[in-house]
Amino acid sequence: MRLVSTFLVLFAFWLLLSGFFTAFLMVAGAVTALLVVLFSRRMDIADREGHPVHLAPRAVLIYWPWLTKEIIKSSWQVATVILQPGLPISPTLVRLRSTQKTDVGRTVFANSITLTPGTLTVEAGRDEFLVHALTRSGARDLASGEMDRRVSEFEREL
Amino acid sequence: MTSQIIDLASWLLIAGGGIFCMIGALGLLRMPNFFTRMHAASLIDSLGAPMLLLGMILQSGFTLVSAKLLFIALLLFFTSPTATHALARAARARGVGPDLAEELPTATDREDK
Amino acid sequence: MFESAVIALLLALTGALVRALLGPTIFDRTQAVNSSGTLAMLLLAAIGFMNGRPDFLDIAIIYGLLNVIGTIAVLKFFQYGDLGDPGNNADDSDNETAGSAK
Repeated sequence: MRLVSTFLVLFAFWLLLSGFFTAFLMVAGAVTALLVVLFSRRMDIADREGHPVHLAPRAVLIYWPWLTKEIIKSSWQVATVILQPGLPISPTLVRLRSTQKTDVGRTVFANSITLTPGTLTVEAGRDEFLVHALTRSGARDLASGEMDRRVSEFEREL
Repeated sequence: MTSQIIDLASWLLIAGGGIFCMIGALGLLRMPNFFTRMHAASLIDSLGAPMLLLGMILQSGFTLVSAKLLFIALLLFFTSPTATHALARAARARGVGPDLAEELPTATDREDK
Repeated sequence: MFESAVIALLLALTGALVRALLGPTIFDRTQAVNSSGTLAMLLLAAIGFMNGRPDFLDIAIIYGLLNVIGTIAVLKFFQYGDLGDPGNNADDSDNETAGSAK
């Protein structure tokens, strides 16, 4: 099942890059994608962690819209900070506790923190992140734990 | 009528993306030390670039071109945090100090919650 | 209108290059190179649209792929002095994944 979706993703990638829909190139793409799938099965990397397709629907429908909203909000704050003449920054390091259970969840959390401007993950441990924030209020927003809660909800088993 | 609205939206997105890219570059020049500069750079990566790409997607409609643009945007979304995190971690391991505003940063925010 | 986007991107690119020249530490320069890679990718896409040649997008994709790999390769080189180092000597948190990969 997971191998089939890996194949589909790889074949779509081939079509995207080639842009020609002749028979020979389609067959060549299918064979190449199949070879890569066989290799990845042998290397045992097309599993829940390497190809987490079971998270895709919830990611697209629930998590990404919320993350986009957060990115726009914090980008606006960072942009106003940069444009002010006095440059009112107050860099802060915060230790956050993460409640995710899987490695995929922790990766999503750390990447989401880094993706929103104004906060960035410096160290990612097992259940504790070291986060650098541009302003003190940004650190406080993150420490309120809403993002952590949302990511935990998102990575929960179906 | 709808095509005009889409056109207007795409131009607004492109203009906004360009402005945010310039703000990010300005921040890259103005910020006082390394860790704060990274925040300015992430402004380019996570708002300026997607806005520009989304504007171009709206310009081109349902074609292979917009699929490619969407792929670029997704690529940027998945890879740029990794690069940023690798940079921050390497800089900290090398001992580039973050120059904090307050002395005991770890004690500030966990307790009052 | 794409012309103004190209001009904005060129200005931003100039800023990133100035930071790459000024940057006191190696990490500042690497960060500036990473940002200018992103900006160059966007610039390629915008130029392609401006001239009506969407082939430029393929080059933009390659740029985006190489940008990340290049940044991480440079960082790894400066941290370990060697690109072939597995890099699992610092942290004990990922020892078990490194062990099971064998």
